Amino acid sequence: MSSTMAEPAHAAHTPSRKPYFLTCAFLLVMTLITYVVAKFDLGPLNDIVALSIAVLKATAVVLFFMHVRHSSNLTKLTVVSGFLWLAIMIFVTMSDYWTRGWLDTFASGR
Amino acid sequence: MHSGVSASGHGHARLQHHFDDLEQQREASTFGMWVFLCTEILFFGGLFTTYVVYRQRFHGVFAQASRDLNVVWGGTNTAVLICSSLTMALAIWSAQINRRKLVVLFVLITMAFGLTFLGIKTVEYKEKFDHHLVPGPHFHYVCPPGEPCHPEQAEVFFSLYFCMTGLHALHMIVGVGLLSYLLVPSWQGRYTSDWHNPLECIGLYWHFVDIVWIFLFPLLYLIGAH
Repeated sequence: MSSTMAEPAHAAHTPSRKPYFLTCAFLLVMTLITYVVAKFDLGPLNDIVALSIAVLKATAVVLFFMHVRHSSNLTKLTVVSGFLWLAIMIFVTMSDYWTRGWLDTFASGR
Repeated sequence: MHSGVSASGHGHARLQHHFDDLEQQREASTFGMWVFLCTEILFFGGLFTTYVVYRQRFHGVFAQASRDLNVVWGGTNTAVLICSSLTMALAIWSAQINRRKLVVLFVLITMAFGLTFLGIKTVEYKEKFDHHLVPGPHFHYVCPPGEPCHPEQAEVFFSLYFCMTGLHALHMIVGVGLLSYLLVPSWQGRYTSDWHNPLECIGLYWHFVDIVWIFLFPLLYLIGAH
């Protein structure tokens, strides 16, 4: 059973500000890292590293600043579904664009 | 607290009649806000998908055109937004420990960070107008010497730059407006450990706008840095 349902986090104890400062420091350090890494030419890895860092930062914001860590399962499910639909939109669109050239390959091979 | 108000908030002044208790009311408002944010994810998602399509098509020129953006301003704005998210979270924390004046202070600081962001954005936009990098009849892209030259592809990059940062800036303006709406009730001490749903929901909105920028910064400013 989820503890958040039994006792709301804000009523149960004096809330701590420490996680907020840690999250902020983490986000600032990650921003610096993504800036420094972008200076080096890593080929296709540049995009992958930049996006991975962005995803990490976004996750930290969602979990700590947006309190999803302490939220109900319903809220967690809603958050995940939001990003899942975004992933579906990008994936399905790109599965079209990436494979368009293949049609020409098939046609010329015939 | 009035006498006769139970721990779960029955009879609390802020409890709407259609909810059983404050916790249920809080849960409903958080859920509703996240459903709204899901539509926002897809709203921005359309632009992000467009970006991904053109980025893989005009890969080199996007990196080239990205070098005309000012990484220092963009990075500064990233830091400003991260700090504003911290002060927003601290505003809610202040309500949770019933510190009325701290709530007002942190909401004001968050607004100041938001306005700083918009100020820097204005300077950047002006730079782009001065350099004829705004898509339209006056668009004039000077290709770096010795590199492939496709001004029409660079124009697509700047169209996306203005659409994405413009929509984001619009959200920032709305966010600052929403925060100003919180000031008077905060000053009146309405937001307490029992009830501070408006603070929480507008906070969620503010953090969401921060997340959008967390993705915009590398996608627009950093792709041509090496």
